[in-house]
Amino acid sequence: MADVHVVRNPLADAFRRERLQNLAAPLKWAAWIALAFGIFSVILLAYGRDPVQAYSDIFNNTLASSYGMSEVITKMIPLVIMAVAVALPARLGLVNVGGEGQLYMGGLFASWGALTFTHLPAWLLLPFMGLLGFAGGALWAAIPAFLRAKGWLLEVFSTLVLNYVAILAIEVIVFGPWRDPASANYPQSAQFVAAGWLPTFFGTRIHLGIAIAVVAVTIFYFVLKRTRWGLEIRAIGGNPEAARRNGIPIGWYIVLVLAVAGGLAGLAGMAEASAVYHRLSPGLSSGYGFVGFLVSWLAGHRPWAIIAVAFLMAVLITGGDILQISQGLPYAAVNVLMALILLVVLAGRTVRVAR
Amino acid sequence: MVVGALHVGSVKDAGYNEAQHAGLSKMMSNVSGIKLLEAENIPEGPDAERVMEDMIRQGAKLIFPQSFGYQDFALNVAKKYPDVKFEHPAGYKSADNFGTYWASSHDLSYLLGMAAGKATKTNKLGFVAGFPIPQILATVNAFHQGARSVNPNVTTHAVFNGSWVDPGKEATATNALADEGVDVVTMVVDSPITVVQTAEKRGIHSIGYHYAGVSQFAPKGWVSGVTFEWGDMFTQFANDTIAGTWKSQSLLPGLGSGTVKLADWGKSVPQAVRDQVASEQNAFLAGTKHVFQGPVYDQQGKLRIKADEITTPAAEGTFINTCDWLAQGVIGQTK
Repeated sequence: MADVHVVRNPLADAFRRERLQNLAAPLKWAAWIALAFGIFSVILLAYGRDPVQAYSDIFNNTLASSYGMSEVITKMIPLVIMAVAVALPARLGLVNVGGEGQLYMGGLFASWGALTFTHLPAWLLLPFMGLLGFAGGALWAAIPAFLRAKGWLLEVFSTLVLNYVAILAIEVIVFGPWRDPASANYPQSAQFVAAGWLPTFFGTRIHLGIAIAVVAVTIFYFVLKRTRWGLEIRAIGGNPEAARRNGIPIGWYIVLVLAVAGGLAGLAGMAEASAVYHRLSPGLSSGYGFVGFLVSWLAGHRPWAIIAVAFLMAVLITGGDILQISQGLPYAAVNVLMALILLVVLAGRTVRVAR
Repeated sequence: MVVGALHVGSVKDAGYNEAQHAGLSKMMSNVSGIKLLEAENIPEGPDAERVMEDMIRQGAKLIFPQSFGYQDFALNVAKKYPDVKFEHPAGYKSADNFGTYWASSHDLSYLLGMAAGKATKTNKLGFVAGFPIPQILATVNAFHQGARSVNPNVTTHAVFNGSWVDPGKEATATNALADEGVDVVTMVVDSPITVVQTAEKRGIHSIGYHYAGVSQFAPKGWVSGVTFEWGDMFTQFANDTIAGTWKSQSLLPGLGSGTVKLADWGKSVPQAVRDQVASEQNAFLAGTKHVFQGPVYDQQGKLRIKADEITTPAAEGTFINTCDWLAQGVIGQTK
């Protein structure tokens, strides 16, 4: 792939600059989030609710309860994996908005395995489903990667559009050939055999996908920091033209890195289908691709920050419903809190970048 | 007693969710001492399971997971909490602490088809629906047969959006139907607002579904609609739970039960039509006429229902759950 056009992404440049000044990041982060909670308190007061009570409801039902905490961790699993699927290509200067579609394709491939090889024992079926899930996501990401490596189409557009293609493809399949005859025409596949269910732990919904998340972050960290590949990835991300002149095969890196990222997203899809739904469903992702995208950008694509931000988002998502139940707040009010946090954090970031 | 309810959409949709919400409100005013925990916009997925758990942790003894797709998730929770009662709409699974309820509206669709057949000047009726699943195909057929019973020249143009909630497609479909010359449109989608509003804007008649309150969006073109009134049923569930007499049942009341009925007539509907519909309704109630009265032919002209073939509630139920064809004079695809 000789003539590679690498299109520079101003947003990515901004983040690259910003990484240099990230020493006090956690403190600033905490301050921004506190500001968001402060603004939301005013909204709660306007609704005639007690903010202290609302926040302690969230706290008591998430962090302070073992059930709540187990749900936060369960929610973190797909968020962390999906964030790494964004962060890895981002280090190369690539914007992967296609996590959602890659997750669904992984879920589709893995479901095929579970629905076809029903006689296999769990120790064989589950790794096989994992392989299929990885392959499904990787293939789906390889399409935009190829188009980008050839310099034909920016991956930011192609990955986004392929999300919709993937979801429609799943719908065609679950409304048609794979529709479960036992589900009264409800659009979902038949339930997997028990051997195709990822194990869960301690009577909670925390599942073996947690291992995938931990391994994904750890490998992401070590590859970037400690290997020649990581060095070359960072070199391309830092200055693609210089990297190319130094003989780094940029095109191959684009395809490889996006495919691995897609494969990770596919694994997240496999884990959701296998551990949570036990079947292929068009609702497989509760927007994990998009929330994961936010997590990665808010974390500046840094491995450990991803875990911290995913934790925060998981608390907000699981705690958000509590505001509806115990405070009787409308659904929209819950979304306002999420939006405020994003807004404040992004605004704070823009201020610093502009300086 | 604490009661929990989960809605898949907004309780202000003038449709499926608002009808359920209105039922809960009536239950609240009928039974004193109930605390209601309500959550909207909960997707049909694993999040629903957590919301139910949270409600139970706040003391809920009766849970309404009010969407079909909550079924498996609610069953998981029900298994974990045998002391908590669950009432789930339109499902096909049950357990000792997990009952199902819905109401049969096909008779009403036939009656509304009659009103539509009388109201149309172009002899073209429109039907906007989510999916061509058996229950919906049977509804379209009932509506169409009702229309043909008073107006043999009627055709019914059915559009399936592939979604229960897609205001964009619902507006496009309604406009396309109006462009084709359809002058009475009805629907089975979660929120009838878009179809009814678009019809009103195009100056054509509309027939609602789920919730009578949607008539406010069509002061001129409103004919009538199917409205579900869950209040008495939910009140019974709550009273039984409090009294300790709650039992897992599978309820499907129909015409005459009060759970499902015709909404108020619109101004444009003449008294003669109201009377004709009322007398047909009485014939249904008396059992002298039946909604899927044969002979009925399909789009290819094949005889599908012989005369007096489907006359019992059981036979109707079987037909509704297996119907995979559209009647002669319906224009639309079953796949």
